[in-house]
Amino acid sequence: MTGAPILQLRDIHKRFGTVQALTGAGLIARAGEVHALLGENGAGKSTLMHVASGMVAPDAGEILIDGAPRRLRSPRDARAAGIGMVHQHFTSIPALTVAENIALFAGWAVRPRELAVRVTALAERLNLPLDPVARAGTLPVALLQRLEIVKALAADARVLLLDEPTGVLAPAEADELLARARAFAQSGGAVVLITHKLDEALRGADRVTVLRRGRVVLEQAVVGLGSRELTQAMLGDATLVDEPAPAAHASDDAPRRVHVAGLEVARESGLGMAVRQVSLGIRAGEIVAVAGIEGSGQRELLRAIAGVLPVFRGTREVTQPLAFVPEDRTTEGLIPELSVTENVVLGLGRPASWVKRGRLDWKAARQRTAEMLSEFEVRSAGPEAPAASLSGGNQQKLIIARALERAPAVIVAENPTRGLDVQATRAVHDRLRDAAGRGVAVLLYSSDLDEVMMLGQRIAVMARGTLSEAPAHASRAEIGALMLAGRAG
Amino acid sequence: MKRPRVVPLLLSLASLGAGLAVLAVFFSVLGYDPVLALGAMVRGAFGSWYAFASGTLVRAIPLMLIALGFTVGLRAGVLNIGGEGQFYAGAVAAAWIGLKLGAWPGFAATTAVLAVAVVAGACWVAVPAWLRLRFGVLEVISTLLLNFVAEALVSYMVQGPLQESQHIYPQSDQLPLAARMPVFPGTRLHLGILLALSCSMIAWYVFRRTMTGFELRAVGRGPRAARVTGGLRVQRLGAMALLVSGALAGLAGGTEVSGVSYALYPNLSPGYGFTAIAVALLARQSPMGIVLSAILFGALEAGAGAMQRDAGVPAVAVYVAEAVTIIAVLLADALSSRRRDMVTA
Repeated sequence: MTGAPILQLRDIHKRFGTVQALTGAGLIARAGEVHALLGENGAGKSTLMHVASGMVAPDAGEILIDGAPRRLRSPRDARAAGIGMVHQHFTSIPALTVAENIALFAGWAVRPRELAVRVTALAERLNLPLDPVARAGTLPVALLQRLEIVKALAADARVLLLDEPTGVLAPAEADELLARARAFAQSGGAVVLITHKLDEALRGADRVTVLRRGRVVLEQAVVGLGSRELTQAMLGDATLVDEPAPAAHASDDAPRRVHVAGLEVARESGLGMAVRQVSLGIRAGEIVAVAGIEGSGQRELLRAIAGVLPVFRGTREVTQPLAFVPEDRTTEGLIPELSVTENVVLGLGRPASWVKRGRLDWKAARQRTAEMLSEFEVRSAGPEAPAASLSGGNQQKLIIARALERAPAVIVAENPTRGLDVQATRAVHDRLRDAAGRGVAVLLYSSDLDEVMMLGQRIAVMARGTLSEAPAHASRAEIGALMLAGRAG
Repeated sequence: MKRPRVVPLLLSLASLGAGLAVLAVFFSVLGYDPVLALGAMVRGAFGSWYAFASGTLVRAIPLMLIALGFTVGLRAGVLNIGGEGQFYAGAVAAAWIGLKLGAWPGFAATTAVLAVAVVAGACWVAVPAWLRLRFGVLEVISTLLLNFVAEALVSYMVQGPLQESQHIYPQSDQLPLAARMPVFPGTRLHLGILLALSCSMIAWYVFRRTMTGFELRAVGRGPRAARVTGGLRVQRLGAMALLVSGALAGLAGGTEVSGVSYALYPNLSPGYGFTAIAVALLARQSPMGIVLSAILFGALEAGAGAMQRDAGVPAVAVYVAEAVTIIAVLLADALSSRRRDMVTA
C-alpha cells in the first residue's frame, strides 16, 4: 500500500535565539501514506514543517526529495519540489475569486476566460468542488480550507503538509477532510497531518511520528497503537490526563450574574445580525459552555455580554467586575512587546492597587506580578520579560491569572485553550473550574466539542445566530445535530 | 533589563557616527578638507560659551519641543508630521497677540503669548484629529498637508493683517518688549530652554510613572489589546496625543517669536518641524534622549553656518549628515526588529 519515500527530513537541527527548537528531528513521508505528526505545543512540529516548506533554513540536517538531497531556500523552492503546505491560518486573498487565488498561488499565466474552465476541471479531477467565481472572502471556513488544498495541488504538490487542518471544522467536516486526505494518498501522494488531537491521528493516519522537545520519540505504524501510548510519548513521564466530569449545576437559588434577554448583536462587519433574540441566564458558580460552528454568532454573543461589542437590541445585565479572555492571545489578550508586568497593568487598569491618583507604582506592580507568576506556575524569565518570550500555554496562563486577579463575578472566555498542549489545557481548565467553585459565573465557547463537554455544566449551542440549550447529558451526536441546525446541506 | 537601555544608545551613537563619516567622505570627494570643515563646524557649535548658547542651544529649543510632540504622538501610535505647520500656527498666534499686549506687564504678556501659541498649535492639529476620529482620515496625510496651509497663512498674515506699519516688508512689526522672553546675559539664549527642558522632564515623568502615559503607550503598541483587554478608548487617546503633540509644536513657534525673532517672518523656521522628526527618531522615543539629540542637531545646524564661513563648504551639506544618520537609525531598528521576530517566531 505504501510506496517510496517522497520527502525525507533527516537529523534536522534548528535554534532560535536561546531556544533549541529541533534537535535531530526527522520525518519520512511516503507515497500512498497519511503520516500524522504529533506533539505538544512547542515540541517542534511547526518548525519541522517550516523547514519542509522552505520557510525556515535548518542549522544542520538533510532534506531529500525522491531520495536526492535538495536545498529549499524559499517556499517557492519547496513548491517547485512538489511540497504543498496548507497553513493553519488561511492565506487566500478575500477580495479575489477562487480561481484568481489559485492562479496567483500556482503561478498560472492564463486568460481570465480560460481560468474558470481550468479551475473547474482541476477541482473536478481532485474531487474537491469549488465555485471558481466566488470571492474567497465569502466562502465558509470549510470551503476556504478546501481552497487552500486545491491551491497546493494546483501547484502540482505531491506532498501535502496539513497544519492543524481540523481546528476550525465541525466534526462532520473534519471527517470529510480526513477522507479527502486519504484519497489524495491513494492516488500516489503523501500527506503529513500535523495535529495535537490523538483520535485524529489514530483514525486518519497510517503512520505516526511523535515529537517531544525537538526530538522524535516515536515513529511507527498506527496499527496497534492506542491513545495511551501516544499520550505517554507526547508527555513523557507525565501521567495520563483524565479530567473530572463536569460538576453538578450550581444551586437554583444562587444569585444570577448574567442575564440577557432578546439580545441582538450586529456582525462586526456591520452587515446583518450575528446574534438574534438570544436569552441566557447564568448563576454564580455555573459554567456554561457554548458550542457552534465557527461564524454562528457565538463570538459576537460572548463579546456583547463581555461589553466588547455593542448590544444592538435587548437587555443585558451583567454583574461587574467581569473578566474577558479573548481568543486571540497575541493581538487582543496581550501586547507581546510589552513586559509581563506591563501586560498585567494593562489588564487590571486603573482600579489596580498600584495606581494611586493616576500615579503608577511599578515596583508594586512587579512584585504582585511575580507572585502571580509563581501562583499560576507561569514559566517565564520573570516579570520584566517581554510577553512575546512566553510560550502560548504560559501566555494563556498569564491571561487567566490576570483575569482572576480582578476578583471577577463573571468570566467570559473564548476558546480558552486553543493551540495549547495537554498540560496547559489541563491547567486552564482547572483554574476555570476552581473559579466556578468559588462562585464565579463562567461563560465560554470552544470550537473543540470535547472541551465544551468536558467543562460545561450546561451546554448551549449556537446555530445561525440563535441559541438553544442542549439537554443534560446530551451525546456528541445530539450536540452535533444542534450545531448543524438550520444549515443547508 | 540593563541591556535594552544601553543597546539603543549605542545604536544611535553608531548611526550618528555613520552620518558624520559619510559627511567626511563627501567633503573629500568634493575636494574640501574634511578636517578643516568638521573642525570649523565643531568650533561653530561648541567653540565658545557664546557659540554654544546662542547658536546650538537656541536652535535646539524648537527642535526639542517639536520632537517631544512628535514622540508623544508616536508613542500613542499617531504620526504627526505637521510639526512645521503647528509651529507656524503658534508663531502667527504669538505674534498677533504679542503685538496687542504692549501695555501688559512683561511676565503676564509673555505668558499670554506662549499660552496662545500652545492653543494655536493644538487647534491647528485639531482638524486632523477630528478627521481621524470622525472619518478615519490618515493623520500622516492631513498633518503633512496642513503644513502648506500654515505656510500660506504666514505669507498672508505678513502681507495683510500683521504687516509692519510701513507696509513695505513682508514681516510683522517687532514685538513690544513686554512680550519678549528674557535672555541669559551676554547670549541670545532665551528662557525657552527652561521651558523645553521642563517639558522633557514632564514627558519623561508621564510616560514612566503615570497610568495615562502607560495607556498612551499601550494604545500605540497594541491598539486591539488596549481596547479589548485594557478597555481603553483607543481613538480618543490617539486624538488626545495628537492635540498634545500639536500644542508642543505651537509652543515652539511661540518661543521662537517671543525669544528669537521678535517678529513674524515667512521663513521663520529653517525646517524645524521636519528636522525635529529626525531628532525624535534618533532619540528613539526617549524624552531625555530628545534633549541630547536636539542639542546635537542644533549643533549641526549652528556649525553649518560656521563651516560655510570658515571652510567655504555649503551649509546644506549638513543635511546629508542628518539624512544618513536617520537612515542608519531606521535601518538599525528594522534589522533589530527582524531579529526579534525570528527569535519569537
